Amino acid sequence: MSSGERATPASDGRIGAVGEEEQLRRLAKQWAVAVAGTSYVPLRPDQIDDLLLGLLRRMVAAVLDPRGSVETVGAEVGSALIDAHFTNPRSLSRTLGVLLDVGPPAEAGGRRWNDVVAAVAEGFSGALQERALREQEEILEAAAHAREQAREALHVSEERFRAVFEGATIGIGIGDLDGRILEVNPALVRLLGYPVEEFRRRSVQEFMHPSDVGRVWQLYRELIGGQREHFQLEKQFLRSNGESVWTDLTVSLLRDGQNRPRYQLALVHDVTAIRQLRHQLEFDAHHDALTGLANRKMFLAQLDELFRQARDGVRVGLCFLDLDGFKAVNDTLGHAVGDHLLISVARRLEAVIGGRGLSVARLGGDEFVVLVPDTSGSAELISLAEELLAAVARPLRLGPRQVQVTASVGVVERPIAEIDPAELLRAADMTLYWAKADGKSQWALFEPERGAKELTRYSLSSALPAALARQDLLVHYQPLRRLADGALHGVEALVRWNHPRLGLLGPENFIALAEESGSIVALGRHVLQVACRQAFAWFGSATPGPFVSVNLASRQLREESLVDDVQQALTHSGLRPEQLQLEITESAVIGTDPLTGQTLQALADMGIRLAIDDFGTGYSNLIYLRRLPLHELKLDANFLRALPGDDGIDSPDVHLLASLISLAHLLNLTITAEGVETEAQVALLSSLGCDAGQGTFFGAAGPPDQIGGLANVVLT
Amino acid sequence: MERPSWVPAEVDLSRPSVARVYDFYLGGSHNLEIDRRMAREAIALWPDLPAIMQSNRAFLRRAVRYVAAQGIDQFLDIGSGIPTVGNVHEAAQQANPEARVVYVDSDPVAVAHSRAILTGNERTAVVQADLREPEALFEHPSVRATIDLARPVAVLMVAVLHFVPDEDRPQDAIARLGARLAPGSYLVLSHASAEGRPEMAGSHRQLYSRTPTPMTMRSRDEIERLFDGFELVDPGVVWLPLWHPDHPGEAEQAPERTTGYAGVGRKL
Repeated sequence: MSSGERATPASDGRIGAVGEEEQLRRLAKQWAVAVAGTSYVPLRPDQIDDLLLGLLRRMVAAVLDPRGSVETVGAEVGSALIDAHFTNPRSLSRTLGVLLDVGPPAEAGGRRWNDVVAAVAEGFSGALQERALREQEEILEAAAHAREQAREALHVSEERFRAVFEGATIGIGIGDLDGRILEVNPALVRLLGYPVEEFRRRSVQEFMHPSDVGRVWQLYRELIGGQREHFQLEKQFLRSNGESVWTDLTVSLLRDGQNRPRYQLALVHDVTAIRQLRHQLEFDAHHDALTGLANRKMFLAQLDELFRQARDGVRVGLCFLDLDGFKAVNDTLGHAVGDHLLISVARRLEAVIGGRGLSVARLGGDEFVVLVPDTSGSAELISLAEELLAAVARPLRLGPRQVQVTASVGVVERPIAEIDPAELLRAADMTLYWAKADGKSQWALFEPERGAKELTRYSLSSALPAALARQDLLVHYQPLRRLADGALHGVEALVRWNHPRLGLLGPENFIALAEESGSIVALGRHVLQVACRQAFAWFGSATPGPFVSVNLASRQLREESLVDDVQQALTHSGLRPEQLQLEITESAVIGTDPLTGQTLQALADMGIRLAIDDFGTGYSNLIYLRRLPLHELKLDANFLRALPGDDGIDSPDVHLLASLISLAHLLNLTITAEGVETEAQVALLSSLGCDAGQGTFFGAAGPPDQIGGLANVVLT
Repeated sequence: MERPSWVPAEVDLSRPSVARVYDFYLGGSHNLEIDRRMAREAIALWPDLPAIMQSNRAFLRRAVRYVAAQGIDQFLDIGSGIPTVGNVHEAAQQANPEARVVYVDSDPVAVAHSRAILTGNERTAVVQADLREPEALFEHPSVRATIDLARPVAVLMVAVLHFVPDEDRPQDAIARLGARLAPGSYLVLSHASAEGRPEMAGSHRQLYSRTPTPMTMRSRDEIERLFDGFELVDPGVVWLPLWHPDHPGEAEQAPERTTGYAGVGRKL
């Protein structure tokens, strides 16, 4: 403003005098209020005030300057409003309203003011149009650019997908729901060998394979029908050259944006090699690596399967073959030769059974078995066994050597209903043993009766350790009484096996088995401990008094631990050595090794009583007997059984009995008669000077609670 | 969300975009007929809308100035839309010429436009990302190149979270985002609420269901909970015009008519 002093506010609100700063500010404020909110302007309110004030000044100056171009300044002001983002038409109408209302500065003509205001409107509209067009252009360009970018990205992603599709080593095929094949990738072309065009000509259904299970196409129909999203299975395809290829096939249903089934996608992976490997592994697991025959696992599986599917009345047969002296071949000619021999035998056995639809398995070592699933009788099996023996026995060329081996065969032939696989194998094993025991190079036929007997022995022997652990072995007691006064001389501990199936078994049923198997040691130790504890419970440690008498098997006598075992049984029970008697048989001591003698001596030195059991049944070496540290003889029950009735007092048997009693006394031993059943026997024995008796007359053997009362009564 | 990252976003110009509708409300012409048609319908139903959007934009300007005054020179503007008028980098760089800004939006057209107008501005970057995947956002090379996460950042979520429905767990996204921020960082947030004009909310929501990003109005309590992990600066969550007004003396009339809440929180 150039001449402030001339500016005076007009009473009607017009700009009355130029340079009235205060008035201009007020007007600018009025303008700001009018346009406020018409459009978004990114300025603080005071910044807006300043902006509008500046514009107002320029307009006033232009109007007052006669040389000034009101059109130019007005247009610039209109454009400045747009630049500040007063872009709404209402911003203009409000602006015009305020400016026209204010009117021209007092000194200027109203026309010039009207011209500048009109120019503001023109400038505003022009700038707005320009800005709007520019912004439209920008946004359309941005949209086009975004689309272009999306297209590019889509192209890239399609290329990437294409690369995956083309480069995948897994076969990929895409088809429509009618089964038309639309796309196949090179891997699928390679896999099946058809050119792409041929795939396109064919439908999915034409890839049916003769071996397809019905399920494949059932699954396919479900997928096409939208009831199933995908399925996976192993399926064969025919290659263009007619070969079959095994694949792992996954077919998925592809849906569109509205979730409607549209396409099918097949992923096809060649698993022929994997299957071959799997079959190889399966074969290896079931076959003997050396001979290629079925192995034990496979044989047992076949056997189980046979029994599972057996019809009534079918008979099953086994030839169980074992080479004679194979160990000698291995030892003398070496394992390589032994292996060759086994392979040759395998081939020969195969040749024999090949024509009959049978199979041969190698169970291990030099054991082979031929299973005959449906036999007409033992004659058929025997003739087969003879053929097998003959085949093995033919001279064999092993490198430079001519070798001849023989075999033994156990033949079992039974109705399948009467036997189970385990029994069949056991029977075969047993029969093979018979064949070997009878001289080898021959077959033996299983006989059920002989088998049953041996089977009992066999099963008892193998069950004994478990029975011992389960406490199925009990100790019963039988009293020994002095003939002179009927007082208790001692009790004999007798082991019993409470067998779950066979009931209570006496020692005669299993002690010999236990000796064979070696379990007698543990068994004997157990009986010793139990008997000593029981005796202490009855008798305390009072001596003199009754003893407990425990049988020792000859095998136990040869056990180095015996002395320790006895010592421990005494220590743990509290029983004194004098209260323990150990019974041994003549055969166990006669002609025994020095060790046994030392053992007996050690036991005797401890103060333990030693008795000869079943005296008179062995070939007693009286000289030797004389040297043993014995205390008692127990006269075998047969001596009493041989005695005649009351009238035969002078019979040789009575004399013999008398002699034996005398002999015992001569050796300074007490003597107890076993098997005393009648009062007459007691009388006779008494008259002959026999010290004590044992038998049903004095009480049968029984569990401790039965015998206990009796023992106590006598003690008191 | 399950789409692999190399499958491109669609550019669908047949539906209105909230970014372009917002531009129209602010008086811009960065919009298409489809956007303007919807905006005019909305304004016909609710004449306050342009004023509300201006109020929101004004809050953004004040909030940027406020956090810049607290020493913040890195800005992550999530849901930036079309940053034409009153954009963050101008406001921020007025306060501090060194300030850096990353604009983030999921709308490919808004992103393309932002790139066009920001070409040559070395202190800004534009990223197309989804705020529901903050991990991917922070791993974006442009974000890593522009923002130093070891120092405080202002994360702006201005008028964007009402486009994230509850089932997309906006609170969870903020928590995951906040976990990456240095202490002293700020969260600037504004959010539409039905509490100011309950009678308007229904029809408005319906209009926005035409866009790919329908609206979810939230209560003041719910909006306050979005600040979990941040300490609200005074005056807390308030109607848009009431947050640090330019002229505290001039009480805004009926601020609830803006139906938008605003707040700024500081990460502890």
